[in-house]
Amino acid sequence: MKKLVKYSDAIRFGFEYLLSNYQEVFTIGQGLWSPWYVGNSMKELEVKFGKHRIIDSPVSEAGITGAAIGASLCGYRPIVIHPRMDFMILAADQIVNQAAKWSHMLGGRSNPKITIRSVINRGGEQGAQHSQALHAWYAHIPGLRVVMPATVQDARDLLISSVLCDDPVIYIDDRWLYEREEEISDIEIVDLKNIKPKILKNGSDLTLVSSGYSTLLCLETAEKLKNENIHCDVIDMRVINPLDVNIILESVKRTKKLCVVDGGWAACGLAGEIIASVVESIEPNVLTHKPVRITLPWAPAPMSRSLEKIYYPDVNYIHNKIKTNFINK
Amino acid sequence: MSFVSDLKGYVNPNYFTKPVNLFDFSKEFLIKLLKKMVLIRFIEEEIGNLILSSDIKCPCHLAIGQEAIAAGISENLTCKDKVFGNHRSHAHYLAMGGDIYQLIAEVFGKIDGCSLGMGGSMHIIDREKGFQGSVPIVGGTIPIAVGAALAAKFDKKNHIAVTFFGDGACEEGILHESLNFASAYDLPVLFVCENNLYSSHLDIKIRQPSDMVSRFAHAHKISSNVIDGNNIIEVVSQSKKMIEFIRKEQKPAFLEAVTYRWRGHVGPDENIDVGVRRSQKDLAAWKNRDPIKRLKEAMVENKSLTEISYKTIESDIRKEIHEYIASAKKSEFPPDENLKNLVYSA
Ligand SMILES: Cc1ncc(C[n+]2csc(CCOP(=O)(O)OP(=O)(O)O)c2C)c(N)n1
Repeated sequence: MKKLVKYSDAIRFGFEYLLSNYQEVFTIGQGLWSPWYVGNSMKELEVKFGKHRIIDSPVSEAGITGAAIGASLCGYRPIVIHPRMDFMILAADQIVNQAAKWSHMLGGRSNPKITIRSVINRGGEQGAQHSQALHAWYAHIPGLRVVMPATVQDARDLLISSVLCDDPVIYIDDRWLYEREEEISDIEIVDLKNIKPKILKNGSDLTLVSSGYSTLLCLETAEKLKNENIHCDVIDMRVINPLDVNIILESVKRTKKLCVVDGGWAACGLAGEIIASVVESIEPNVLTHKPVRITLPWAPAPMSRSLEKIYYPDVNYIHNKIKTNFINK
Repeated sequence: MSFVSDLKGYVNPNYFTKPVNLFDFSKEFLIKLLKKMVLIRFIEEEIGNLILSSDIKCPCHLAIGQEAIAAGISENLTCKDKVFGNHRSHAHYLAMGGDIYQLIAEVFGKIDGCSLGMGGSMHIIDREKGFQGSVPIVGGTIPIAVGAALAAKFDKKNHIAVTFFGDGACEEGILHESLNFASAYDLPVLFVCENNLYSSHLDIKIRQPSDMVSRFAHAHKISSNVIDGNNIIEVVSQSKKMIEFIRKEQKPAFLEAVTYRWRGHVGPDENIDVGVRRSQKDLAAWKNRDPIKRLKEAMVENKSLTEISYKTIESDIRKEIHEYIASAKKSEFPPDENLKNLVYSA
C-alpha cells in the first residue's frame, strides 16, 4: 500500500523497523535523547526502544565510533550517528584505517557489521566547519560501502539494507531533503550488494547524474528543461561505493551528452570519478559534447548570506550551465 | 553509572551567592572589571535580540552568566600572549580587548567584521589584541594553543598561550594528547575549562563519572585549581598565580572555572535544549549566583560604587553598543570575489 511520507520520517521508520525486528541493532551518537540536530528523523526512539538501545554519547567521535566497531565484531549491528559530517572527521581513523580494512587484512575472518549515519547539514550561515559534504572521501576507500539516499523510499530502505549488510556502510543523508514528501510502498528487504543506480526520469537529450540532495536539483532542472523540449535521463547513483556506472553507459549511448552534479568539491571528487569511469568505458566518438561537472566552487563554505547565495549550485545555475554547454553549442 | 560530584559545593547554585570579597583591589580596577562584564553581557543580550528579530542568522552561542572567567583571566594577559577560543567565544574576544564594532559586524556577516564576514559568531579573531582565533569544532584549538606555547618557548620572551574550552571538550581524545604533550615537554600554556556542567543538552552527570574535569590535569601531572567561575575576584587572583607560575616555570597549568550558562546551548532562548531539559529551578538559582551582581553589590557595600553610577555605566555601554549595531547594519556584505580570494594566502 502506498502512503505519503516525509524523508525525515522515512528515516525514522527505517530505524523503527530495524529496532523492532533485530535485537542486535542499537544506535549510538551525539544528541540521540534530544535529536534536534537530526530533525524528526530519530524523534522519541529512546521512548519507544529504551535508552539502553538508543544511546546518547559524550563528545567523543573517535571513541564512540571505535566502540561501535568493536560491538559489531561481537554480534551486534550498531548504527553510529554523526549529526554532522564535519564532526565525523574526528573518527576518520576508526572508519578508514580500522573498519574499512578489517575484513581484508585479517583474511576475511571477521567483518565490522556497522552502519555509520552521517548528516550533511549546510546553509544557515554556519560556515566552514559545519557545512561539508565529504562523501567522496569515503567513496575513495575500498572496504567501505557508501550510500546516499535521494528519495523518500530510499531514505528508509537503504538504511535497512545498510544495517543488514555485513560490511561497514556509510549512510549519508542531507538536511535539505528532510521535508521532501513522496509516496512510498511497503518495506521489501533488498541486499545492499544488489542496489544499483536508478533512472528516475527518462529522456533522450542529456544524461544527468547525481546523488543525494543533488538528485533533487537534477529532477527539478530536468522538469524545467522539459518545458523547453529538452528531455533528460536523470540517474540517481544511490550507492557511490562501490561505484557502478553501467546504467550511465547505457544512457549516454542514447543521449550522447553527460552532465554530473555533485554537492562536493570538484578535485578528486565524485563527479570527476563518474565522468572518468564513463569515458574510459565508451568509444571516443560516443559523446558529442565535452562532459560537464557541476560542483561547489573551490573554497570552504562561507558564512555570510551574500556568499552563501553564490556558493551552492541551484536549479537556475545548473539549468544555465546545461544550456551553455550542451544546447547553445 | 555511579556518578560522583567531586566539585561538591562548587556546583550548588545556592552557595556563593553573596557579594564577593574585594580584598584590597583599587576602585579603578574594580570598575574596569565591572565594565568589562557588563559589556560582554549586553553585547550577548543585544545579539540575542537581533536573532529574535531575524537580523542575525548565524548560530550564536551566548556566554551570558559566564562573563567573569574571560574578564578575570584576561587581566593577567597581554596582547603578546596567544589566546584561543571555541564556539562560545564572544566573551574571550571582548575580554582581550577585541574590537567591539568588528565583532558585531562579523556576526552580521559584514565586510567590516573581524573575519571580513567570512566566519560569523563562531569564527572570530583579533590578533593585535592577542586573540588568535576561535572555531566551533569542539576541542579544535586545544592542540593549536599547545603549539603556540611551543612557539612561545622557542621565542624566550615569556609569553604564554591560553585555550578556553568547555567540559564537553574534555571528552575528546585531543585534550588528553594535548595535556600529555604540554606536560612532558614543559610548555607554557594555560588550559582553561569553563565547566558549565552541560554539553549541548546533556548534563555532565550523564557523560562523565565525575563532574571535576581537572582530574585529567592531575593524571598528566599538570598543576590545577578549581574555582568559582562566577566570582571575578577569585578568577583574577587564582589565574594570576597560575599565569605567573607558567611564565616563571615554563610549565602548563589547568584552571577549572565552575559556572553556568543562562541561555540555551545555541541562540537566545533560555532553554533550547529540547528533550533533556535543565531544570528551571536550577537556572533561577544560578541567576542568583550572577557574577555581575555579586561584584556590583560588593562595590556598593564598600562604597566604591553607587546605584546611580552603576546605572550610568549600564546606559553608556548600552548606548555604545547600539551605535555599533546601527553602523554594522549599514556595512556591506563581503564582495563575491572574497569567496575565492581568501582560500590561500595573499
Ligand atoms: C567535534 C565536534 N563534535 C560535536 C560538536 C557539536 N557541539 C558543538 S558545541 C557542543 C557542546 C560542547 O560543550 P562544552 O565543550 O561543554 O562547551 P559549552 O557549549 O558548554 O560552552 C557540541 C557537542 C562540534 N561542534 N564539534
